[in-house]
Amino acid sequence: MDLSLYFTRQDLWGILPEIVLLVGALIILSIELFARSQRAAMLGVGILSLVIAGGFASKNFGSSFILFQGMVTLNDYSTFFDLLYMTAGIVTMVISYNYLERKGGETRGEYFALILFATMGMMLMTRGNDLVIIFLGMELLSLSLYVLVGFLRHDVFSNESAIKYLLLGAFATGFFLFGAVLVYGTTGTTNFQHIASAITNNEILSDTLLSLGIGLLLVGFAFKVALVPFHMWSPDVYQGAPTSVTAFLCTAPKAAGFGALLKVFLVAFPALHADWQDLLWALALLTMIVGNISALVQTNVKRMLAFSSVTHAGYLCIGILVLNEMGVSAILFYLLVYSVMNLGAFGIISLLEKEEKGVNFKDYEGLASKHPWLSASLALFMLSLAGFPPTAGFVAKYTLFSSAISEGYIWLIIIAILNTLVSVYYYVRLIVNMYMRTSEETLVPFLHPLLSVVIFILAISIMFFGVLPGWLIDTVTQAARIYT
Amino acid sequence: MISDYIPILVVFILAAGFAFAILALSHILGPRVKNSVKLSPYESGVDLVGKTRVRISIRYFLIALLFIIFDIEIVFLFPWAVVFKDFLSFGWTIFIEMAVFLFILGFGFLYVWKKGALEWE
Repeated sequence: MDLSLYFTRQDLWGILPEIVLLVGALIILSIELFARSQRAAMLGVGILSLVIAGGFASKNFGSSFILFQGMVTLNDYSTFFDLLYMTAGIVTMVISYNYLERKGGETRGEYFALILFATMGMMLMTRGNDLVIIFLGMELLSLSLYVLVGFLRHDVFSNESAIKYLLLGAFATGFFLFGAVLVYGTTGTTNFQHIASAITNNEILSDTLLSLGIGLLLVGFAFKVALVPFHMWSPDVYQGAPTSVTAFLCTAPKAAGFGALLKVFLVAFPALHADWQDLLWALALLTMIVGNISALVQTNVKRMLAFSSVTHAGYLCIGILVLNEMGVSAILFYLLVYSVMNLGAFGIISLLEKEEKGVNFKDYEGLASKHPWLSASLALFMLSLAGFPPTAGFVAKYTLFSSAISEGYIWLIIIAILNTLVSVYYYVRLIVNMYMRTSEETLVPFLHPLLSVVIFILAISIMFFGVLPGWLIDTVTQAARIYT
Repeated sequence: MISDYIPILVVFILAAGFAFAILALSHILGPRVKNSVKLSPYESGVDLVGKTRVRISIRYFLIALLFIIFDIEIVFLFPWAVVFKDFLSFGWTIFIEMAVFLFILGFGFLYVWKKGALEWE
């Protein structure tokens, strides 16, 4: 008997980013315990541990490892997602620096620690090569998010959204687990490669039960990334949660959900692509249309952005339908750009918010004359969400739709483009309110230097990836090539 | 394959049908005498002493949660203790692994303690 059979030094090196995040979270919690309300110190430790973990994770670019006997894989695909989560984590921490205080809450150490734990969970989701690890990561993520969503303890809506998210999330987890159980029962393994080889060698117990299992897994994922008809929780939760948490909630976990969903379908069930194509087609169609039409009638900006994120999930679904190198790289590109846009938009919304004000379309009237730079960046994020050139949102939509057209999904793309046209209305409505209307009372932003720098960087990168997307496209293509 | 399970389906249908039939029959044929004793919920023949929906202090849930955490710890510690001696010949890895686990758990406990979750007031 030899220990290296179970556990090697390489395994530990591989999960070093997770270990760094764990240590960071524990340090933050100790600060909270022994020296209360040291907000700056906790923020510093949180950002520092994300940066260090990101440094260790980015060392894996270009190499690929299989760790813990095939439980975890490290390659460009997982590293791309790791860095995406960490960026979202850092931006979220900066956004929330004094947001909760303005809303009558308190930024406690748990807040930063939970963001770190959520990041760990997401990393496990895209690094995992086994249904059990994916489940573990998903739970670590979800449990942290349930608490983060309800972090404004004195706010009724925050509490409501936390309870809703917890109940529905637990229900969706049940679907995922049942699906995993059926897949395990029919193939005899939870490892992705072994599942794939069992399917190609036709060593499965029952085709019906396997399809049922895959369907249930899809339901579980569809809930996590809010595809119609499993999206009902998302508007309520996004609206009720503290805006800084919403920024996190609609970017990194959505990327993690899509990352894990893609990985499951690319690695474990590639042989069954034809079987679930129709299902994904319908899901994409429904998600785009329902998300868009619901977003049209909203008066609350956060709720509008929630429905807009449902719509974007619909676009991303098209990429999963395509599932070749082009489609997967388009999804990765889209996820990154989408995260940057939403982090920027929610960041600006959160710093304009004050008690009850700052979340409705009407409150934004006349903002541009008082705060031109801030309005310009918000307008940029909105235009990018709508997909105008030369922003990155355009390139993202272009690569995604062109990958689907080359696979022959002409009708779906026509509908998707019509949807994009409709979506222009609600994005530009905010810009019209800021620039073309006047109001005696405009919103007052709570800017601090760090946040200005972060929003500036986000805006610049939206422009940069819109004009010169080459470098990022090369990176995502390299990441997509691993599994396609 | 799936047809092997048909007997189970038959048994299931028979059992459900029997239960339903008995309930329906006693509903149709049974005599109806309504008095206060008969309408009260069955509580071992004793008179009712209060409502069933009693509010329980939230502290019990905290205690229950803590209990589960340490319960899981024990579940993990037992198999570890069994193989501890065999694995010790390969170095201190096994000891360090459990030390890390216990440290994180202990930290959580310290956190809960310091936050006052164990104060009963």
